[in-house]
Amino acid sequence: MRSGKDLELVTLTKRYGTTVAVDRINYVFENGSYVCLLGPSGCGKSTTLRMIAGHESVSDGSILLDGFDISHLPPAKRGTAMMFQNYALFPHLNVRDNVAFSLRMKGIDKPERHKAANEMLDLVHMTAFADRLPAQLSGGQQQRVALARALVTKPRVLLLDEPLSALDPFLRIKVRAELKRIQRELGITFLHVTHGQDEALALADEIVVMNNAVIEQAGPARSVWNGPRTEFVARFMGGHNVISLDGAKVALRADEVTLGEAGLAATVISVEYQGAHVAMTSMTDAGEEVLALVPEEQFFQTPKNPGDAVRLAWDEGRVHRLQT
Amino acid sequence: MLKNRHIQGWLQASPLTLVLIGFLILPIITIVVVSFWQATEFSIIPAFSLENYEFLFGSHVTYKVFYATLKYAAITWALTLLIGFTVAYYLAFHIRSQTMQIALFLLCTIPFWTSNIIRMISWIPFLGRNGIANSALQSWGVIDQPLEWLLYSDFSVILAFVHLYTLFMVVPIFNTMTRIDHSLIEAARDNGASGFQTLRHVIVPLTKPGIMIGTIFVLTLVMGDFITVRFMSGSQKANVGRLISNDIALLQYPSAAATAVILLITVLIVIGILLRFVDIRKEL
Repeated sequence: MRSGKDLELVTLTKRYGTTVAVDRINYVFENGSYVCLLGPSGCGKSTTLRMIAGHESVSDGSILLDGFDISHLPPAKRGTAMMFQNYALFPHLNVRDNVAFSLRMKGIDKPERHKAANEMLDLVHMTAFADRLPAQLSGGQQQRVALARALVTKPRVLLLDEPLSALDPFLRIKVRAELKRIQRELGITFLHVTHGQDEALALADEIVVMNNAVIEQAGPARSVWNGPRTEFVARFMGGHNVISLDGAKVALRADEVTLGEAGLAATVISVEYQGAHVAMTSMTDAGEEVLALVPEEQFFQTPKNPGDAVRLAWDEGRVHRLQT
Repeated sequence: MLKNRHIQGWLQASPLTLVLIGFLILPIITIVVVSFWQATEFSIIPAFSLENYEFLFGSHVTYKVFYATLKYAAITWALTLLIGFTVAYYLAFHIRSQTMQIALFLLCTIPFWTSNIIRMISWIPFLGRNGIANSALQSWGVIDQPLEWLLYSDFSVILAFVHLYTLFMVVPIFNTMTRIDHSLIEAARDNGASGFQTLRHVIVPLTKPGIMIGTIFVLTLVMGDFITVRFMSGSQKANVGRLISNDIALLQYPSAAATAVILLITVLIVIGILLRFVDIRKEL
């Protein structure tokens, strides 16, 4: 729903000499949504984020927030705030002073800025650590402080540059739930850059998949995952097979592939037990790999081993044609 | 096993300990002992006496000379810090490529391949009454008479000190600055800090240990110096180092030792005060 308060990119371009890092992208980020910019490294997603933040100059095009062109404003005047990948906490300041830093720069006096900082620390459950130095905190705690510091300026849009990449996998899942909670509580736009599709699916209302400096596909998480438009998106989002049928590339969800009496002939090349599912990879006669996620109970009724011949079947209606 | 490890530890520490005892602790003890001896014009009497110290503290020359020494140290410190910080800041934050950084840094060190004394003396023809500076200023019409204070003055002494010792400020500050994560600068900007605010609230606090190490270098070098003051002031100015060197020239070793002890204590007090403000351990 366009509200006139959205963040909008208009033919946004970034060139470094002759290389184009971001190529004339257009997009409207709906106000109050959680959006993930997803793509492989070097696809331009971080550059896009840094241009929105104001840490990278815009070569061409503009960035609109609330209908105003913010592309030439300094970072702090844009209504955006950035959370850095390595958190970038000031090592010589304690947690409270880190959070209150932007208020101090504005010349707000001590009691008031400490009060605001304490409120933010409360939001991220870090009140007990207010007097510690960043070096005395764990990665997850530093991350919360960085979040509080970004939020204390009351930004309209929060920009997160791979915020979970420095955390271990268990903590990552915990922290992403936390991010989602905070976004819901504040109701502001979160723009989150990541290269992990599971992270994007778990968090995003909307996913923007980028590749080679352009937006490959964008939309609600479910529609992107269920309806990949191109081979790149199908492969990058995972859980899909890309095979040739009748001379055209099609995408087929791995969990839609069943083992049957009739169907496409293939040879099993690997079997991996994954708990709820068994991931069975097989090679068709045409030389294409097909992954089938078979519910484990079903698989072990007629277990297969590498080298076995199988027949792969699926519901015709679930095959999804890809654009070339 | 544990005992064995104890012995190993002592053995590993002993070479350095012996070197320090032989070349640092013993000489200092000797100086302290000699400072309590008596001396006449032609003999040194090894007897305990406070007369060297009584004379030292009783003479107003001592206070004047100590004041001059501290003044040289303070002014030189302020100027080397200003120049050193600026140069280091430029190298660390304005030069993008690391190769260029290293190249420019080495360029800074090239003058140090020449002896201190030669670099000092080379100022003399430049600053003299009919030197390059005066003749240039006169030919430009800036001045009518040659400036007398250019050479053999406090000005020339401090100029030489700054010239000789600024690199000792640049090196540790540059070293600390290169360790500052550049995303901190970006974070400061993201939080609305102006260039000056970033400098004041982020860069300077994070550079303090480097500043402190440079400060210790410069202060100890300036306070212990005697040759620069002698050459650049044409023997018209005095500092504690010259006091000691004059005593030694007159073979008044006990008196020289007493002055040296007081100078050592002064320097240690100054550094002790500085270290109370900044923790440099993580830089070492």
